[in-house]
Amino acid sequence: MSILIDKETRVMVQGITGKEGAFHTEQMLKYSTKIVGGVTPGKGGKKSEHGLPIFNTVKECIEKTGANTSVIFVPSQFTADAILEAADSCIELVVCITEGVPTSDMIKVSYLLKNTKTRLIGPNCPGVISPGKSKIGIMPGFIHKEGSIGIISRSGTLTYEAVAQVTNLGLGQSTCIGIGGDPIIGTSFVDLLELFEKDKETEAVILIGEIGGTDEEKAAEYIKSNFSKPVVAFISGRTAPPGRRMGHAGAIIAGGKGTAEEKITALSMSGVHIANSPADIGNTLINIIR
Amino acid sequence: MKIHEYQSKEILKRFSVNIPKGKPALSKEEAILAADEVSYPCIIKAQIHAGGRGKGGGVKVAKSRVEAISIINELFGKRLFTVQTGPEGKIVNRLLIEEAINIDRELYVSIVIDREKALPVMMVSTEGGVEIEKIAKETPEKIVKEYAIPGLGLQSYQLRHLAFALGLEGQVFKKGIKFLASLFTVFRRTDASLVEVNPLVITANDEIIALDAKINFDDNSLFRHKEFLELRDLSEEEPSEVEASKYNLNYIRLSGNVGCMVNGAGLAMATMDIIKLFGGEPANFLDVGGIASSETVTNGFRILLSDPNVKAVLINIFGGIVRCDRVASGIVDALRTMDIETPIVVRLEGTNAKEASKILSESSLNFIIAKDLKEAAEKAVSAANIQRSSKL
Repeated sequence: MSILIDKETRVMVQGITGKEGAFHTEQMLKYSTKIVGGVTPGKGGKKSEHGLPIFNTVKECIEKTGANTSVIFVPSQFTADAILEAADSCIELVVCITEGVPTSDMIKVSYLLKNTKTRLIGPNCPGVISPGKSKIGIMPGFIHKEGSIGIISRSGTLTYEAVAQVTNLGLGQSTCIGIGGDPIIGTSFVDLLELFEKDKETEAVILIGEIGGTDEEKAAEYIKSNFSKPVVAFISGRTAPPGRRMGHAGAIIAGGKGTAEEKITALSMSGVHIANSPADIGNTLINIIR
Repeated sequence: MKIHEYQSKEILKRFSVNIPKGKPALSKEEAILAADEVSYPCIIKAQIHAGGRGKGGGVKVAKSRVEAISIINELFGKRLFTVQTGPEGKIVNRLLIEEAINIDRELYVSIVIDREKALPVMMVSTEGGVEIEKIAKETPEKIVKEYAIPGLGLQSYQLRHLAFALGLEGQVFKKGIKFLASLFTVFRRTDASLVEVNPLVITANDEIIALDAKINFDDNSLFRHKEFLELRDLSEEEPSEVEASKYNLNYIRLSGNVGCMVNGAGLAMATMDIIKLFGGEPANFLDVGGIASSETVTNGFRILLSDPNVKAVLINIFGGIVRCDRVASGIVDALRTMDIETPIVVRLEGTNAKEASKILSESSLNFIIAKDLKEAAEKAVSAANIQRSSKL
């Protein structure tokens, strides 16, 4: 099993004709992701370079193709609109890859999504992959292996680092989710821990956090009383200077809050095993599950 | 993006928020003219992108023209050290000259984004003039908050709640409501990430004035506000960081001796952390993004090595969609055109990593190739230390 996505997930691509959208659609198709169509307003009725049908609206794409998940590659100034259009069509899952979405747009989106059944992953994230089943995003598929470790991360390449370590140790992943590096994101660590708790095939979870916000502290609270599986965490940014945005819009120690130390303390108090080095994420995991 | 106090106040004024009469000055001569215009006594305020200016000696009262000239001469071009400037301080290149205000009470108000609730929040406190972090830590009950609903903003009852919490009464209460409402409009209309007025003062004549003001903009929203781009003061930023931003490189200079070049922000931070774990100190944060081409690598090296503290460089690339062999060729091409003596440790993992390491080892250039992240950090730290001791 896996969470969020599997072999049956029917994916549409918003922004399929853009450079990024077209390239990654091809990569996802190579991974055997079931992509059923795309949306580019004004290009409806045509076919994409991959031979997929293009629609003017999300609604039409869902009606004609039965898509239940959307992946968004549209430019940042149109991203909020794309997410809201998808949610208005009652799609189950939206994975938003786009980086640089205005925070004020995300405030609106996040408020409006509360009254829909749509779950948003991202923005500013690598996406979601259930190895061997479906890849919805931009991560390199070949480093993954089907297995029982769930991975949740605020980062992109650092997640690949963790995935590769797990794979090299002969273990595999059930589902890996990049939740995004922005201050306001659709799905938090806690939301996904809830899903991993219920997923029978996930045996343990790796959580990769970073400075900024309180999402890791919330996860620690949740894990303490509600999570039964082993968790390994790595928090990056112990050497990050306060008040500086470290690449990700959300990675900032503001007013002395959001430091790596606070997060590490909260997580270890909840029984989470902390990997002190980014090179030891896999080893820390293997020590507790063997 | 940060802007100066006087620029923030000009924006407040545009939205009918009361500010003291004043004039900015970019030179000593301009400052003296401005002081004459404001008339005496006046307040002379150093304009730097850091708080704590009052205690740092950056805000002074001039009772006369003679005093003003002496203060202007003393402040202009001076390196100011405050709790927020760091040990290197900040040079004062701009002044703001303002009328002196007869203060009755100092209050606090700010609007920020509450990440947890994903909503803008207006915070007020009767403890004006004090850093909000200090109040939050010591007397959190003295901070009163109201959250704004997207699209609807703050409702009248919420503004009343805040004004009452500030202890406002009668005419001042009415003015206060208007002030807070206008301040929220500033936040919303400018796509700010922070609007702070500290202190907000009640004058002896029952006027409400923003005695200080700070606005930060959300960088991701600046495409909607091209006019704000002109407000950026490059002299407030580290020159190498400004240079890096021209090439879309995300670079932050630190004080260590191991330079690093990494793809991806999270991995870049983790690389800094692992350098520290092995006893080194990172010299910088550098995320070269998804495309580590020869050009990106060349620019990255140039910026990294402009820092004289850098004694070794660690390149850490996790190739995904970006193929490692391409990155390796980029590194080789870049180094052929540059004369670099600094030891360079390279760790390439992911797509085509083997081909990449072949390109590097066959290049006749002097790389230290590491097989994994741990080894890379170890080698980079020891290379930096050897360099340092050989120079002693």
